[in-house]
Amino acid sequence: MKERFTKGMARNIYYGGSLFFFLAFIGLTVDTVKKLPKTDNSAAITETVAFGKKIWEDNNCVGCHTLLGEGAYFAPELGNVYLRFGKSTEAIKAFIKSRPVNGIPGRRSMPQFNLTEEELEGLAQFLKYASGIDTHDWPPNIQG
Amino acid sequence: MELKYKSQSVAKLYFMAAIGLFVGQILFGVILGLQYVIGDFLFPAIPFNVARMVHTNLLIVWLLFGFMGASYYLVPEESQRELYSVKLAKILFWIFLVAGAAIVASYLLIPYARLAEITGNDILPTMGREFLEQPTIGKIGIVIVVLGFLFNIGMTILSGRKTVINMILLTGLVGLAVFFLFSFYVPDNLVLDKFFWWFVVHLWVEGVWELILASLLAFVLIKVTGVDRELIEKWLYIIVAMALISGIIGTGHHFFYIGTPGYWLWLGSIFSALEPIPFFMLTLFAFNVVNKRRRDHPNKAATLWALGTAVMSFLGAGVWGFLHTLAPINYYTHGTQITAAHGHMAFYGAYVMVVLTIISYAMPIIRGRKANPMRAQVVEMWSFWLMTVGMVFITLFLTGAGILQVYLQRLTDTPLPFMVVQDKLAVFYWMREVAGIVFLIGLIVYLVSFFVKGEEIE
Repeated sequence: MKERFTKGMARNIYYGGSLFFFLAFIGLTVDTVKKLPKTDNSAAITETVAFGKKIWEDNNCVGCHTLLGEGAYFAPELGNVYLRFGKSTEAIKAFIKSRPVNGIPGRRSMPQFNLTEEELEGLAQFLKYASGIDTHDWPPNIQG
Repeated sequence: MELKYKSQSVAKLYFMAAIGLFVGQILFGVILGLQYVIGDFLFPAIPFNVARMVHTNLLIVWLLFGFMGASYYLVPEESQRELYSVKLAKILFWIFLVAGAAIVASYLLIPYARLAEITGNDILPTMGREFLEQPTIGKIGIVIVVLGFLFNIGMTILSGRKTVINMILLTGLVGLAVFFLFSFYVPDNLVLDKFFWWFVVHLWVEGVWELILASLLAFVLIKVTGVDRELIEKWLYIIVAMALISGIIGTGHHFFYIGTPGYWLWLGSIFSALEPIPFFMLTLFAFNVVNKRRRDHPNKAATLWALGTAVMSFLGAGVWGFLHTLAPINYYTHGTQITAAHGHMAFYGAYVMVVLTIISYAMPIIRGRKANPMRAQVVEMWSFWLMTVGMVFITLFLTGAGILQVYLQRLTDTPLPFMVVQDKLAVFYWMREVAGIVFLIGLIVYLVSFFVKGEEIE
């Protein structure tokens, strides 16, 4: 770096630049939160859906699956699983219920979580709600 | 050679804990890699999600130990005074170690849903989100430890000499504490939840942690090269300036496909495309300063780690980040092995390596010598190359897996189901596992280097 570029100038870029972009980010955050209802399908959040989200979290589902592309990459994407399973919450519930306790020899298998009917219904409704979020047409196809 | 300030030696505890937990992290990494190809390995005793929590949470905890140890070593020397309270540093160390160990042990011993139940996750639900899986009470413990640590470091800096290095480090550490508080906000609205989850994750690793990284690296470079502080501080300012200018709004590259407004596709793409710049400058800076060195410090290993950090963070965070950061590309790569490839090299290159850099520089001095015997340094440099080359290949194989996955699952005219595609990626996962074993061997060599004896260096 040339001598004409002094430490004082570098310091001012640091303070000025970070402050400016930090404030801009706060502004964008406020704007995003205001605009979210247009895309976030929050109208569909019922008590059952909120309960289902809690079941999703309490069983660490994101430790294997992705949800809207975020999570672990060990098991299928679930943001669109409701659509992939033919828009059937029953199919989702049946799949979760039928997981073998001791797994499948040599292959990946979802654990048996022994969820109650109420918990299964909540989880399925939560995944149905997630599939209604406007994600700019992501994922590219039904396979997730 | 003696320590300038006696209280710096408290860093040793933190460094030892960091290295111990690092070993645990890598062992679980090897288990995870095997589960990718032998699906029922350790099932149902240790399901994939549990092993993954252990792997990622150990990483976070040991890096925090590393940052704290680094601060306890660096801050007295920069501030030109003893640490405010060595006793507090020791008490917090034991609290953090016991809490960290308890959290990880609970993942392995108790089914996660049961853990949520007995730790009162119904009262203040914060569990079950990626990287933030700790029980709420564990998160509160982390906050208490970090606040105590900040108080200790802050009191030392504020009543001592304020340098650019310790002020930027302090800013980074305060940011770390502040943004962690978003981990307590878990709304029912999934989009809102995801949006603010990134305030912890992105604003940590692509924000304030870069301040910590740059200041630690600048400190070690001053020490090993003897280059004028004025020049180093100028570089430091401009690097962290670019990190924040690009990285704050760069958060937007996570807001493409999670239900957020469309303008983030543009903002996230443009600003995150700038994120490699500070990492590139870090590389220029490190090589420039080492070339201008005014002394030949006998600790060659520390210099190697410092240069390695600069290069590998640029490759991992900069190049591998840029590869999939533009919205139209990320549309196909989002949530695939491409992300995993980037995550591995970025964390290793930036944060693992910078902690190993400062340990490499500081540990010999804490142990009463300017540098380790040459024989020990040679072993340490072998570990550098084994771990680094291991990580390069882990990243390349995961990238190969990712490209094939994107093609088969998302790009062809006849997209295949996820699990079918996974079977076809097995050869890449096997090679990744071999590279992981090389990394583990490198880590063992690293541990050995601490015990190699030889002629003392004057």
